[in-house]
Amino acid sequence: MPDATGLELIAHDLREQVAGSVTGTEHRHGIATLVIDPDAVLPVLRWLRETPNQDYHFLASVHGCDYLPHAPRFGVHYELLNMERVERLHVKALLEDPGLPDLPEIDSVVELFPTANFQEREIYDMFGVVFQGHPDLRRILMPDEYEGFPQRRDFPMGGEPVLFTHNETSTPRWYE
Amino acid sequence: MNEPSGSVRELATGVTAVPADGAQPDEELLTINFGPHHPATHGVLRLLVTLRAEEVLEALPYVGYVHTGIEKSCEDKSYWKVIPLVERMDYLSYYFNALAFCMSVERLLDEPVPERAQYLRVIHCELNRIHSHLVWLGTTALDLGAISIFWYCFRERDKILDLFEFSSGQRMHTRYIQVGGVADDIPAGWAEKALRFTEDMEERVGQYEAILDRNEIFLQRTRDVGIVSQERLLELGVTGPLLRASGNPWDLRKAAPYSSYEKFDFKVPVGTVGDCYDRYRVRVAEIRESCSIIRQAIEGLPAGPYITTNRKVALPPRHELATSMEALIHHFKLVTEGFRVPPGEAYAPIESPRGEMGCFVLADGSAKPARVHMRDPSFVNLQALREMVVGGYIADMITNLAMLDPILGGIDR
Repeated sequence: MPDATGLELIAHDLREQVAGSVTGTEHRHGIATLVIDPDAVLPVLRWLRETPNQDYHFLASVHGCDYLPHAPRFGVHYELLNMERVERLHVKALLEDPGLPDLPEIDSVVELFPTANFQEREIYDMFGVVFQGHPDLRRILMPDEYEGFPQRRDFPMGGEPVLFTHNETSTPRWYE
Repeated sequence: MNEPSGSVRELATGVTAVPADGAQPDEELLTINFGPHHPATHGVLRLLVTLRAEEVLEALPYVGYVHTGIEKSCEDKSYWKVIPLVERMDYLSYYFNALAFCMSVERLLDEPVPERAQYLRVIHCELNRIHSHLVWLGTTALDLGAISIFWYCFRERDKILDLFEFSSGQRMHTRYIQVGGVADDIPAGWAEKALRFTEDMEERVGQYEAILDRNEIFLQRTRDVGIVSQERLLELGVTGPLLRASGNPWDLRKAAPYSSYEKFDFKVPVGTVGDCYDRYRVRVAEIRESCSIIRQAIEGLPAGPYITTNRKVALPPRHELATSMEALIHHFKLVTEGFRVPPGEAYAPIESPRGEMGCFVLADGSAKPARVHMRDPSFVNLQALREMVVGGYIADMITNLAMLDPILGGIDR
């Protein structure tokens, strides 16, 4: 993890390279976080990956998050790792909720980090974040015909009725 | 096959299995479902495989058959009740799941863990690593036609489960690791039993190697099979024994030590070729190193508390409840509401038997996490399967899948 000064230097350099890309930094619990503009996710990650002395070549994890009731509502988190220096950098893009049926959109980073393929599909599946340019954006864990995005905070727990013989005819869509 | 030869099949899901380059249009291709119910898939994994005779032209993994929404359920449980849930994700490395989650929460709480608890965590995690590798070795050898090794591995595995039962009361999903430490100290006699086990285990590993290392069938099935370059594995996010078999010594226990791993002397086995044989060698060597770590940890086990003395996080000792009103209040608060975690988010990575297992926790200030996400190594590593198997024979696909060691409970969560 870069120290607080190192994080500010990265943010400063990024702001010079990609105007308006970094909207905030955070250094807590031993985790360095860059909050970025979601439109700039590709140039920012490319810069972090390809600039000498940064070299964050390994994308350890991509995961989604729903910050309801806060706005912007959705977060897409990228856990970058430099294996030589053993430094982790947490990059966070915050997305506004356009309201269903519209879905929030962000650029896919699969072309930079092929490992993001399954993980972006999972975020799409669970939160309904659309990754522009993803080669194969389908649901991955839920069934293809599933409606709704189960990891959203306003998706109810246990919202699906359990089918028994006594209630299957009265349960909507039981026959499908 | 009733299909006109060479056609690309449209599947019921609307997904087209496109053969890789090199398929001639007049050749007869066969697209089959491999799984979801097949013992060689090590769980409920479906592979959509396009074959030209015995050659694999395309293999697309389909997952989600055992998706149980554990991450969603975690959002409805107080922090200490999440531990048994996350343990059920990757059901062969339950100590690691719990450790990743607890470390993430401890990070948010800024709660230090007593040294004795760190050592006890290491001992149990390494036992769990041996257990996981034993199940892997047994089922892999079984896939390659060697059944006796399966019984031997499960015999040793049972001894580990006995140790787990002795220290925590449960054989699997032990809920032993807690936020701030571990659930209980090891009972009298446990350490001697574990030490005896490590000595026994090292001898047994030698016996397994004697069975497999020079077995002509095993060698032909694994050598030079499924080689993927180190650079490509890194691009695909592969970690753990698969990456180490290709020659990259990346191991979080060494690179970024957590839970006192820096105090133990152990080696990181690496391969040279990156084929299935190297993957086997790396894992078997890791069993030996784990035995050594367990021995060092038991011999150097420091005295002190086994869980934090912060009563806002950990339960007070049982005997205090009868005499101390304060302890009773703490106990009541923890059992009913649980502890609250200040708002924040943290990601804690550890080295599980399959690679980097990370846990992301978002806390909103209440007694329940707002988001728990497991970066499961099986889920990410599975992406490398296609590149390992395309161009090889279907029999090699079985080998590759076994050597990948996917745990579908962890993939689907």
